[in-house]
Amino acid sequence: MELYFFLFFAIVAVASSVAMILQRNPIYCVLLLIMVMISIAGLYLMLDAEFVAIIQIVVYAGAIMVLFLFVIMLLNLSREEGGTFRIQKPLAVVLAALLFLPLAAMVMSYAGGGTTTPVDGGEAGFGEVEQIGTLLFTKYLLPVEIAAVLLLIAIVGAVVLTRKGTVAVDG
Amino acid sequence: MAIIVEARKMTLTERLYLPAVIKGMLLTLAHLFKKKVTMQYPEVQKILPPGYRGAHRLNKDEQDRVKCVACEMCAVACPADCITIEGMETEWNDREKIPRTFQIDMLRCIFCGMCVEACPEDAIDMTDDIELVATSREEMIWDRERLLKNYDETRDQEGTLGQVLRKSREAFTRPRGDQLPDPGGPGGH
Amino acid sequence: MVLDPMILDGAIALVKIGILLGVVFTTVAYLTFMERRVSALIQDRIGPNRVGPMGLLQPLADGIKFMWKEEFIPASADRKLFAIAPALILVPALLIFAVIPVGGEVTIPSFTLFGLQIQETTTTLQIIDLNVGILYVLGMTSVAVYGIALGGWSANNKFTLLGGIRSSAQMISYELSLGLSIVGILMLTGSLQMSQIVDAQDGFLDWFIFRQPLAFLIFVIAAFAENNRLPFDLVECEQELVGGFHTEYSSMRFSMFMIAEYASMIAASALMATLFFGGWHMPFEDQVGPGLVTLYQVAGFLLKTGFFLFVYIWVRWSLPRFRYDQLMAIGWKVLLPLALLNVVITGIWMLV
Repeated sequence: MELYFFLFFAIVAVASSVAMILQRNPIYCVLLLIMVMISIAGLYLMLDAEFVAIIQIVVYAGAIMVLFLFVIMLLNLSREEGGTFRIQKPLAVVLAALLFLPLAAMVMSYAGGGTTTPVDGGEAGFGEVEQIGTLLFTKYLLPVEIAAVLLLIAIVGAVVLTRKGTVAVDG
Repeated sequence: MAIIVEARKMTLTERLYLPAVIKGMLLTLAHLFKKKVTMQYPEVQKILPPGYRGAHRLNKDEQDRVKCVACEMCAVACPADCITIEGMETEWNDREKIPRTFQIDMLRCIFCGMCVEACPEDAIDMTDDIELVATSREEMIWDRERLLKNYDETRDQEGTLGQVLRKSREAFTRPRGDQLPDPGGPGGH
Repeated sequence: MVLDPMILDGAIALVKIGILLGVVFTTVAYLTFMERRVSALIQDRIGPNRVGPMGLLQPLADGIKFMWKEEFIPASADRKLFAIAPALILVPALLIFAVIPVGGEVTIPSFTLFGLQIQETTTTLQIIDLNVGILYVLGMTSVAVYGIALGGWSANNKFTLLGGIRSSAQMISYELSLGLSIVGILMLTGSLQMSQIVDAQDGFLDWFIFRQPLAFLIFVIAAFAENNRLPFDLVECEQELVGGFHTEYSSMRFSMFMIAEYASMIAASALMATLFFGGWHMPFEDQVGPGLVTLYQVAGFLLKTGFFLFVYIWVRWSLPRFRYDQLMAIGWKVLLPLALLNVVITGIWMLV
């Protein structure tokens, strides 16, 4: 049962990402990317990481992609013109091949050697909100705070930029 | 000169809006239980005022003959151009013409009542029949027989448009001097 | 033959989903009827009362009428997106119901069906009790934006596009307040799980409306904005945008938008009942006989949900529509700080 679900989500994710790259209509690209996000959330869910799965949907599918869609709709981008970046295509092939090699090597090493140890999910409360919260506020407190300050700076910056006309900013 | 009106500063309770929202919602809640104004139409019929401009009819005289003399005054007065009359001669000794056909296109008619006002013989009239329904356009072109039948059906109606107009004409007009009935001598015009 | 417990669990889940979908769709149908009747009553009219006794078959007549209407697609529309947009808005609205608990545990006695021995099982009246229930709800509401935005964009009409863009901005803005208003409850409960939130309100005075009144107010306002209902229906806004994002839709696709709107209204009402009014917990439930207590609780839950549905309609005919800048100002400058304040107050209250 679990295998079928995994296959379903994996195939949807891979197919949508490939389709997204081949698609020339930006709105369709956004939708396919959302499909990828949601199927990855499904994979997280199968790993018992409910919190990560839902956050994946809320943050990526629910917020970031909506902004993407918003911008594309407002700018009214039509089909992308082919052939603007002539160098891009061969370069992309080379880079993809380079990235594929280590990935393939990693998968092959598992397939051949049998050195895998399944992640032990038996621990009570694994992947639950309490555990993540505790970790975030103890072990990873400093990174969390740094990220928070970064985000705050970004917010303040955005507010300042939008009010450029009315507020004098000392250079 | 424009007058600059200082907007009154709102108090704290006003700025919260919630008291006003609750007040408004209580008002609509009260309306939920008020007496309804809807008239349940087919069961309850509205009483129409006298002089209502509903479906037309062709009046008949005392001898049950059509009053119309095919003078086409109504067709000329009609702003929607929905009346078509074809006259024919008659052997009746009190008039020269009667309508051979008299058609009113009820789909074009705007029910303004000007035909009734124009009619010198009180032959065309309007009733308070408002249920004008048909399943085809042809049925909505009313011919002479249909209009005369409407008279038979609404014969007893009090206060048709024609009657109301006649009454008001009597009250506000008098014959011109040269038309005053001459007690002596032969009349004529 | 005894049924495998795993298959039994699956079968029970399917039955629950079936019942829930049936109830939701019937409620949607009768909600349209209720909307028309209550609107009429508030306006001193009577409303539809001709089809069937008291007009109760009106939704059926409406449905039949919808089906026979012409399915129209504008020539310049993006046909694929135009076709899937109604589904994109309906599906998240229905998915929310999966985590809403309708009642407590019930025991199904063992019985024999077509020669299959089915053993005694206990199940809760909830499809799935997700560990992250509340977050799941917020996730689904945030995904619902796509249907409206794409429906507005794909028709290639300026009114629908404006409606779609307004909706995206509005829903993103109010999602924040919606999420933050619940935080107080999460702090008091210590869990995101719906069943635990309901269990935290088992006494009448434990209902969160008494402990989190400010949060309730924020939640209600944000939920109205999320559902695009008056006074925040700038998405549809008949007087400015013709019909807003669904201007170009007709027939069953249009009715799907309507079903989605009413389904999300029901979901929001059920959430208000669950989060703030004790869910399926009712006062005096220990005085009801043991056989009837589940029935009493489910009926109570439905009654609470129904009341909030009535409030939706009631507010619609009481308050005028907000202007767009007012909407944004309320969302960002009033509700968001208030929600944060509520979190701070709750924190202080918990410490003291």
